[in-house]
Amino acid sequence: MDERVIVCIGCPKGCEIHVKYEGHEVIEMTGNTCKRGEDYVRNEITYPLRMVTSIVPVEGGEFATVPVKTKSDIPKEKIFDVMRELTHVRVKAPVNMGDVVLKDAAGTGIDIIATRSVK
Amino acid sequence: MHCDLVIIGGGPAGLAAALSARENGIEDILILERDHYLGGILNQCVHTGFGLHTFKEELTGPEYAERYVNMVLDKKIPYKVDTMVTDIAPDRTVTAMNKDDGVMKIEASAVILAMGCRERPRGAMNIPGKRPAGIYTAGTAQRLVNIEGYMPGKEVVILGSGDIGLIMARRMTLEGAHVKAVVEIKPKSGGLVRNIEQCLNDFNIPLLLSHTVTKVEGDNRVTGVVVSKVDENMKPIPGTEVHYDCDTLLLSCGLIPENELTRGANATMDPKTGGPVANDHLMTSVDGIFACGNVYHVHDLVDHVSEEAVKAGAFAAEYIKEKRGN
Ligand SMILES: Cc1cc2nc3c(=O)[nH]c(=O)nc-3n(C[C@H](O)[C@H](O)[C@H](O)COP(=O)(O)OP(=O)(O)OC[C@H]3O[C@@H](n4cnc5c(N)ncnc54)[C@H](O)[C@@H]3O)c2cc1C
Ligand code: SF4
Repeated sequence: MDERVIVCIGCPKGCEIHVKYEGHEVIEMTGNTCKRGEDYVRNEITYPLRMVTSIVPVEGGEFATVPVKTKSDIPKEKIFDVMRELTHVRVKAPVNMGDVVLKDAAGTGIDIIATRSVK
Repeated sequence: MHCDLVIIGGGPAGLAAALSARENGIEDILILERDHYLGGILNQCVHTGFGLHTFKEELTGPEYAERYVNMVLDKKIPYKVDTMVTDIAPDRTVTAMNKDDGVMKIEASAVILAMGCRERPRGAMNIPGKRPAGIYTAGTAQRLVNIEGYMPGKEVVILGSGDIGLIMARRMTLEGAHVKAVVEIKPKSGGLVRNIEQCLNDFNIPLLLSHTVTKVEGDNRVTGVVVSKVDENMKPIPGTEVHYDCDTLLLSCGLIPENELTRGANATMDPKTGGPVANDHLMTSVDGIFACGNVYHVHDLVDHVSEEAVKAGAFAAEYIKEKRGN
């Protein structure tokens, strides 16, 4: 059996969650305040996930860049693959919040979307 | 020119205050913002972590801002961007200027201060060494990277472990920089544990507690820094110096409310918060001048800023209506 203390990143509270587990099987979990924390810890011991946020250059817009994010969490180990693909992305103004700027980033199946509108 | 309610600052505080005043029956509102766009500092906070309370989902800073900006546009609340407020007189005459209007004097029935905060500059910190290029506050670096799309350096040391410093450690790492260490003089980080986890630990960036930068090297550009351990009194311990090669030093040493204008209006200040003293109607010591958001005191969460601003907007509306009744 393994034991770990995992700090939940689900919200600013940052609960310290103590977990005992065997392989992918949680045996005991204490310290989480809500269900998000439980889900987070389950993922952490099996398949850690993260949201990635960044920016991409915009052509012909009122700003030089548009902020972007992964539409949902991606595998943590893919963070730098996603960032690498993003270095090749350029968009043309206008961009609307929620527009897809890159489909299926680095084979994760997750799209990258704009988080701001740029006229 | 007369205006019922002038709001200074178009960040989340100013926007939420404007919406709330409108909801409470004030038509004649003007938001003045010195930047080129509404939304305030949130526009450069491209990471997630905003709006869990307000919108029940985790948004990035720009998304949170745009939702409020859209509500303000929707309600057709007047605003002027690229407009700098230079003075607020105790009688609530607001002086502002921009390219199109020149200098404006606006007599306001009520004023809401929503100018936000800024970071402590290096001057407040006295690190020996020259002042070569390559030293930025973390907030300035955040603006450069996220809004201008410009990377200020490749080899980075960060002094201070406030949240903006932690966020920038991850941001610069994602953009290909090597963040060598985050150096914190106190025995504990001032940042959120979730940020230490997801911004430092995820990327194996060391956090050196009870350490500080004791020297900055380089003539024209930073070439390195010396980091020393400190004792319980935060004094560097001789013999503990370690040298780090780097071309960039980011400073993340806390936020201070931006209150030059508030002082100019003769408002009584609270030395503890760095903001103005206000009563339970969020009115400062100056009649008809209200304050909310980070200019009042530094908030950790933007959701709390918005909540407070809703109250300020409602109190200002009440004040204006009462005056009219007289
Ligand atoms: C660099 C930095 C990074 C931050 N990052 C985070 C974060 O990641 N997460 C988080 O929760 N909080 C963060 N904060 C705190 C953040 O400021 C608040 O969450 C929130 O944005 C505060 O809202 P506000 O409206 O009070 O201030 P702001 O968003 O700062 O808005 C104030 C506005 O007033 C304008 N203004 C100031 N003076 C004048 C003048 N004289 N004339 C006209 N306009 C003026 C400014 O241009 C600005 O747009 C950060 C703060 C800073 C300084
Ligand atoms: S367990 Fe729930 S309350 Fe605790 S940090 Fe995670 S999301 Fe927040």
